[in-house]
Amino acid sequence: MPTTTIAGQAVEVNDEGFLTRPDQWSDDLGTELARLIGIELTADHWKLLHFLRDDFAHQGETATLRRVSTQTGTPIKSLFDLFPGKPAKKMAYVAGLPKPKGCV
Amino acid sequence: MTTHADQTTPFVPRFDAPESQGRKLAIICSKGNLDMAYPGLILANAALGEGVETHLFFTFWGFDMINKKTSGDLKFTMLGNTATHLPQGLGGIPGMTHLATSQMKKAIADLDVPEVPEFLDQIVGSGGHLWACRMSADMQHLTEVDLRDDVEGIISASDFIELTEGAQLLFI
Repeated sequence: MPTTTIAGQAVEVNDEGFLTRPDQWSDDLGTELARLIGIELTADHWKLLHFLRDDFAHQGETATLRRVSTQTGTPIKSLFDLFPGKPAKKMAYVAGLPKPKGCV
Repeated sequence: MTTHADQTTPFVPRFDAPESQGRKLAIICSKGNLDMAYPGLILANAALGEGVETHLFFTFWGFDMINKKTSGDLKFTMLGNTATHLPQGLGGIPGMTHLATSQMKKAIADLDVPEVPEFLDQIVGSGGHLWACRMSADMQHLTEVDLRDDVEGIISASDFIELTEGAQLLFI
């Protein structure tokens, strides 16, 4: 696994740049990951990121966009507003998780 | 363990790479069977999640997907579908289409995949565009009031081709 240095911390990443060790993540690192992809985190972002972290810990896989929407009660449109373009992947990246595997 | 070459620049996924900008996808949905509604919906949803501008054009039997009366009531039949690997005669027994439909709906729900109307809600919420075919509307004597409110218009085939200029196209 390659490593890269983010906010002064060496983290393991895969060949796309996603963190491969969820235990290396912290809120501070999440803030920096978001900044690197052009997102400034607000309370609305954090609510989703903490859901993703918590859900991953219980389910062992990253929630799909639909799961994030239904489980947090957030409309799909808001997810696209908060993480523009590729919300599922951007959310997973900022949360230090693998990109979701599910189709829907 | 390898180390990324340039330690001063963090290695970050290329989410908004310039070469992937401006991509468009057009999906023509021509079937009204439950099993044939899903491929277009799943691909549209996936494309939108990748930031691809996506247009769906509903034509012929595909109208059942956006007709308010039928959208939530699409069916799956074994008849004429050899991929069930069951004797075709079974499919003709009264109640068999109902049973096959219930089983397929359950299998889809078990995967947390929404029913057709809710799936279209999700697609529109993700920025997808729904269009209805003019000729199909005329043939079936349907107007805007019969269709989902988020169908952006009943348009001709030429108009659809024009508005999806440069798009990749799927016919389902």
